[in-house]
Amino acid sequence: MIPINNFLVLSSILFSIGMYGVLARRNAVLILMSVELMLQAVSINFITFAAYLDPENFTGIIFAVFVIVIAAAEVGLALAIVLRLFRNRQTANVDEADLMKW
Amino acid sequence: MTYEEVIFYFVAALTVASALGVVVSKNVIHSALFLILALMAVAGLFILLAAEFLAIVQVMVYGGAVTILILFAMMLTRVRDLPAAKDGAQRPFAALAALAFMTTSIIAVTSTQFPGESDKINVISFESVSDSLFTVWALPFEIASLVLIVALMGAIILARGEEGE
Repeated sequence: MIPINNFLVLSSILFSIGMYGVLARRNAVLILMSVELMLQAVSINFITFAAYLDPENFTGIIFAVFVIVIAAAEVGLALAIVLRLFRNRQTANVDEADLMKW
Repeated sequence: MTYEEVIFYFVAALTVASALGVVVSKNVIHSALFLILALMAVAGLFILLAAEFLAIVQVMVYGGAVTILILFAMMLTRVRDLPAAKDGAQRPFAALAALAFMTTSIIAVTSTQFPGESDKINVISFESVSDSLFTVWALPFEIASLVLIVALMGAIILARGEEGE
């Protein structure tokens, strides 16, 4: 018997690690990877709640499917943008992408 | 400790360690490989939660497609030219923010009383998930496929650039 709190605490830790990555790293691809970690934490949370508390409707599992779909779309689009950025500015550093900075 | 708990702590430690590897490692290719490990460990957690369908989807979509895409982008943008030292200035603040968030959410989680029995994992069958996905959630499912195709077409057009470039 694994208590529900174990999974929830683990997903909090994973989300915080992803948050640290998003805030600390300056490479656009690494930021995307950290966002993936955060999305994984969210999926764990959804599935945990579905498996422990909502076995009749299991909405959490359906939501996790949609999270995976949106994450795939997001990563494809974002990497295309990073490629464009690299082609135009020869950098993947988000601090140097300051064309729209006022 | 039951064998379930032993497996849980092993997979959880693997997840956290490889996630830390993603955000702190100096070499970006190592980060990507750690990301694959972290995603596989999360797939193991899904199996522990009796969601084996999602674990398979996780291995196929993340382990296959997403990480390959990320590795491709890394090689095309030659990110090894960007040393990790460049992200030094923000590190302490980022660590502070992440720690504050972690403490808050762990306190919130452990002090919450969840309704119903919250120490038993219910097995949700693959059949009922697919039933529900194609009846109750049919419209969101179709919209998700539309989102995917629009996003991937946009990605191709963006990455290819204009004619004659």
